[in-house]
Amino acid sequence: MLATLSAEAPRFFTYWNLVFLATALGNTLVMVAVGCGLGVVAGLGLAVLRAKRIVRFAPLRWAAILIVEVFRRIPVLVLLMFVFFTFQLLGLNVRALFVGALAILLRSASLFAENFRAGLESVHPNQWDAAEVMNLGPLATLRRTVLPQAWPVILPPLTIGLVGMVKATSLASQISVLELTFAARQLNQRGFSALIAFGTILVLYFLLSFAIARLGAFAERRLVPKHRRA
Amino acid sequence: MFLSIDALSAGYGAAPVLEGVSFAVERGEIVSLIGPSGSGKSTVLRCLVGLVRPSAGRVAIDGVAVDYASRAAVRGVRDRLAIVFQQYNLFQNMTALDNVTVAPLTVKRWPRAEVMEEGRRLLAAVGLGDKLGAYPDQLSGGQQQRVAIARALALRPEILLLDEVTSALDPELVTEVLDTIRGLAARGMTMLVVSHEMAFVREVSSRVLFMDQGRVIEAGTPAEIFDAPRTERAREFVTKILRH
Amino acid sequence: MGYTFQWGQATGYIPYLAGGALVALQLAFFGFAIGMVIGAACAAVKVYGPRAARRAVDGYISFFTNTPLLVQIFFLFYALPDAGIFLDSYEAVLAGISLNASAYLAEIQRAGFISVRRSELDAAETLGFSRLQTIRHVVLPHLLKTLYAPLANHYIVMVLGTSIAAIFGVEELTGRALNINSITFRSFEIFTIAAAMYVVLTVAASASLYWFGLYAFRVRAKVF
Repeated sequence: MLATLSAEAPRFFTYWNLVFLATALGNTLVMVAVGCGLGVVAGLGLAVLRAKRIVRFAPLRWAAILIVEVFRRIPVLVLLMFVFFTFQLLGLNVRALFVGALAILLRSASLFAENFRAGLESVHPNQWDAAEVMNLGPLATLRRTVLPQAWPVILPPLTIGLVGMVKATSLASQISVLELTFAARQLNQRGFSALIAFGTILVLYFLLSFAIARLGAFAERRLVPKHRRA
Repeated sequence: MFLSIDALSAGYGAAPVLEGVSFAVERGEIVSLIGPSGSGKSTVLRCLVGLVRPSAGRVAIDGVAVDYASRAAVRGVRDRLAIVFQQYNLFQNMTALDNVTVAPLTVKRWPRAEVMEEGRRLLAAVGLGDKLGAYPDQLSGGQQQRVAIARALALRPEILLLDEVTSALDPELVTEVLDTIRGLAARGMTMLVVSHEMAFVREVSSRVLFMDQGRVIEAGTPAEIFDAPRTERAREFVTKILRH
Repeated sequence: MGYTFQWGQATGYIPYLAGGALVALQLAFFGFAIGMVIGAACAAVKVYGPRAARRAVDGYISFFTNTPLLVQIFFLFYALPDAGIFLDSYEAVLAGISLNASAYLAEIQRAGFISVRRSELDAAETLGFSRLQTIRHVVLPHLLKTLYAPLANHYIVMVLGTSIAAIFGVEELTGRALNINSITFRSFEIFTIAAAMYVVLTVAASASLYWFGLYAFRVRAKVF
């Protein structure tokens, strides 16, 4: 097996193939960066809308809960199809990459909303009390003391969730986005063995996963003060 | 009358937490609330500062009633009253100095140089001049409580509310906090104190109110309440306490 | 826009889609069962095994948790024939789902194993329990209480994960939705209904698993 692999390798790792793989990797990263970048913001927003100490208008809180619970419970593939067909319905001709990024955004927002919620709820209510009696408004309280204290609880599952979203991008191959999984299928169909085609892609996903873990560690260093790190 | 409380009630249903509590506090007075656990003493303070919504009654400052249903009015009251909690409630992610200066800077928007100077002065006054950069988890309970007091004072309140500020402390640390409060009393700070430290209450208070089950049972000078309580319940409580 | 909604036609397919939901539950269940067995073995190795074996299991778990399930199944589907193993769509999907699950379930079970405190076992010993009795009366109840919530939670994650089987032609919920779509082209309505069914399915599963845990094992478990 190793012999056939080494025989195939020079044929596989040609300039053109590497450019192809790089493009695919690029598209995967775009979906993750845009989808999850905005997803983190949206997730925080949804978590804030759910917080009783920030939003007093109950229906707004219930709407946020509903959105999070619904989008958490739809498989990524179905969400992808749904977004794809909605655009088709509206007669909008959008790039499949955009559809993929949007699906990732919707999914990650609800996922991260749960992480942020757990983090915010982990901060003792007396921190809110102390801020409230000093007339520090709810958003200022969030910014200056609650969120900083919540990061240690938010970041670890957030990082894991981010890895999950990278894996979810593989489904965009089904709407013909030129991402890593699509590239692997293509290369396999062009005659390269499944082992080398999918094997290379698996290694690339592994590296992405590792990179995200490092990103998580970096975020931890920046957001969690030294004396409170786990 | 500076602060007047009339028939303040809180809590609903079968077991109200406060029922018809009435008393007044004059400028420079130190009024203490004593009584068994669950008598509603802390709730009085929490109502005043807007953390608990009163179900009935009237609170007035300088004769002007406070409408706790109005957010603006509550903000106004919080501008004039400051509270120190039993659990210190310091912001865990900020240093002592940051804790003291965050509200004056971001809420009151006082000039930075002035606020930082005052913050250092206040912390020095409570004996923590060398701990400006310390985080709450690096400080002892007594030190944290003193930072909390400095933090409350930084907002230049007209009345300071102290909610069992020594109850969560190890005995050795109680004295340092009580000394700080004695200092404030000496400087004429108007205070409303809820405490279990009877000797201290007797020493600093202008007046003492004994509460039980949400009501004010008896009110009087420290001498009256501790040496010659008139009601049965007050007498019971005082003898039990003084036996320690 | 030029698209008229035809919910009537789409809702007529609900029974067919519901059948797909059952296939999804079943597929997730088999995957869970197989995954639990393999996972238990992995967990045991990680807690009690020699260093080399532990490293190997670590690699196994890392592989399955850091790479997409879809690619894992593609790998099994397209690479195994080269090694002489021929699986049909359903088998490849089940194998992929099971192996993937085994990695996560191994970690969950390992956390459970190491949560049994030495002190509990010592106490049982001093009270005269035999090995078997200790396991039955001390270890198992503890494991049940600790593991029920994460395991139930993962099962529901797996139910959502079965939608991937559609890509390989398995007729679970998503697969059936794609089938209907290719016949009627009522894409929007069909996928809205399919999405709604997943929501209802997972809510029902969460609730059922919660009540089951409460009554069968007296565990208050927040499931998904």
